[in-house]
Amino acid sequence: MEAVVFFIAAGVTLAGACGVVLLKNPVHAALSLVGTLFGVAIHFINLEAYFLAAVQVIVYAGAIVILFLFVIMLLGVDRAESIRAEPIIGQRHLALLALVALLTFGVLIGVASKGEVTGVPPQEATYTPLEGGLSIDEARQDDTGNTIAPKENIREVGRSLFSTRYVFALEITALLLTIAVIGAVVLTRRPKGELEPIPDDDPPSIMRNDENNADLHPTSSDDDESLLETEPSESETSSAEESGVSGE
Amino acid sequence: MILGLSIGPEYYLALSALLFTIGAGGLLIRRNPLVMFMCIELMLNAANLAFISFGKEMGDLGGQLSVLFVLVVAAAEVVIGLAIVVAVMRRRPKASVDEVSVLRG
Repeated sequence: MEAVVFFIAAGVTLAGACGVVLLKNPVHAALSLVGTLFGVAIHFINLEAYFLAAVQVIVYAGAIVILFLFVIMLLGVDRAESIRAEPIIGQRHLALLALVALLTFGVLIGVASKGEVTGVPPQEATYTPLEGGLSIDEARQDDTGNTIAPKENIREVGRSLFSTRYVFALEITALLLTIAVIGAVVLTRRPKGELEPIPDDDPPSIMRNDENNADLHPTSSDDDESLLETEPSESETSSAEESGVSGE
Repeated sequence: MILGLSIGPEYYLALSALLFTIGAGGLLIRRNPLVMFMCIELMLNAANLAFISFGKEMGDLGGQLSVLFVLVVAAAEVVIGLAIVVAVMRRRPKASVDEVSVLRG
């Protein structure tokens, strides 16, 4: 039964992942990301991590993907992107090489976990928990003498999260979330005054040669004049604006 | 048959490696910053799967707690990353990471 659940969930997970990479529309990619996240949540249940399965669905599928969809809709970038375009020469071959290397590494780990490298199969390897480590499998007594059953996953996670072993990490996590909230507010705040659009025709830096580099200097003022088309064309203001733009 | 097959940690690790590979490939291939963020999420999920599978094999709860912290860091990363994307795209409506080559928003 566990095997059937594993293979079905693995299919869902991998199909969703392929959808994220291959679908052209970002909205479709976000929706297939939801499939992957649900598949991983099923794996978590299969691995007896019940609390994390719930957290995975609530936080990832409920919050993060919705955030993605909000940004996609807000910016209106849900136009298709051509996957065929290759900005860096040989990028696709390099990516293929890197992927083969990664897969080999993963298979190595899998082989090592079967004990064919170390010679000790995992069933016979004795594992002793770290000193003060928390065990999943065996029932144990907590401080007040209550017996914690091994299957009470949520209770276990909560207790160990607030034990002295992990509580500092938890507090630092809270600090990190606060910093993230402040950072998001500061970054998306609209600055005072009108935003000037940056000219869109500067090429990407990898293709930039010396001729285009000259455009960055304030002496060649073609770009600057195109920037200032909407401004009144008196010479004083335009020169003042020009120095303001180039001084940025 | 397949019903009697016992699923060891190596199955989960192979799945995790596959998921990480797909995510890394997407990060290398795609040029839309939002889709690249999604691929980073794929890789984080692969790492989470490996954490929990190792934690179950070892009988230690530390794997699940690590996953909890990874989740929080992923949420913070997505919030900041999307805020940067919004700030950049407000100025340059064309969304491609190749066109964003200056630090000025």
